[in-house]
Amino acid sequence: MSSKTDQPLVIAGKTYQSRLIIGSGKYKDFAENLAALQASEAQIITVAIRRVNLGQDKNEASLLDVISPETYTILPNTAGCYNAEDAVRTCRMARELLDGHKLVKLEVLGDEKTLYPDVTETLKAAETLVADGFDVMVYTSDDPLVAKRLEEIGCVAVMPLGAPIGSGLGIRNPYNIRMILENAKVPIIVDAGVGTASDASIAMELGCDGVLMNTAIAEAQDPVLMASAMCKAVQSGREAWLAGRMPRRLYASASSPIDGTFF
Amino acid sequence: MQITVNGEARPLAGDMTVQALLQTLDLGKGRIAVEHNGEIVPRSEFSTRQLGDGDKIEIVQAIGGG
Repeated sequence: MSSKTDQPLVIAGKTYQSRLIIGSGKYKDFAENLAALQASEAQIITVAIRRVNLGQDKNEASLLDVISPETYTILPNTAGCYNAEDAVRTCRMARELLDGHKLVKLEVLGDEKTLYPDVTETLKAAETLVADGFDVMVYTSDDPLVAKRLEEIGCVAVMPLGAPIGSGLGIRNPYNIRMILENAKVPIIVDAGVGTASDASIAMELGCDGVLMNTAIAEAQDPVLMASAMCKAVQSGREAWLAGRMPRRLYASASSPIDGTFF
Repeated sequence: MQITVNGEARPLAGDMTVQALLQTLDLGKGRIAVEHNGEIVPRSEFSTRQLGDGDKIEIVQAIGGG
């Protein structure tokens, strides 16, 4: 009998069957992105907000023509923002662009080399956005106190990094993620750092509510196959967490009985 | 009269609304959002919002990102 009961993933009042969130950056083309999205079974996909290219062909398809906001939950991000003001501006543009859609992924970066979150600016932006009626999913460091503070501000999900964005280094500090999970009352989603399927499973085995990734899929040799692998990894990790793993032992414990041996 | 659109200077012949500018730029139908001097212009105001000399316009769309 499982010691934990499965609760669906609910973000800002909406229930999701999939606990995997994927990005739409770094794909060869929209078709590959869509194929990966379908293989991943993700229901939420992040997008960036950027200036239109004024010289662009008006008949050229845009991302949202291919990945429909009617079918998927579009999660606009504030990637590229290095202060609260730019992040808030980006979210407001995104809300207008998506007809009043309130769900955003807030990320305020501190430095180009590490892409580590600037926590001070992140807290400031989160306060403004929550007061302005946004449902904020927030990318942050794996600091348990900051995670709690972001929850208290009213963020609908807190998303600590596993490792730097695009690094593929995996979950570098599982103990911090565990501390964050112990105190959390909102979904905790590992955002950034996943490199391969086992990393996603580790995040889920720790008890995370979901995993967000972009590069691990988009930069795989076969992104569509990796998307499928990630789908299964997240599900396996979740089931393993629900099942409750055996305790670690330093020494062996025989699986075959000693009784009845004939030698 | 001159305005700045997405960081590029553009001369304007005369009075123009946001909607007329978008049509000139062939952006009339796309899923975009517009900022006028740092303030969001709701879609419902595209046809009435007048542009003035020195105005700054930002036009954005959703693109791939993680």
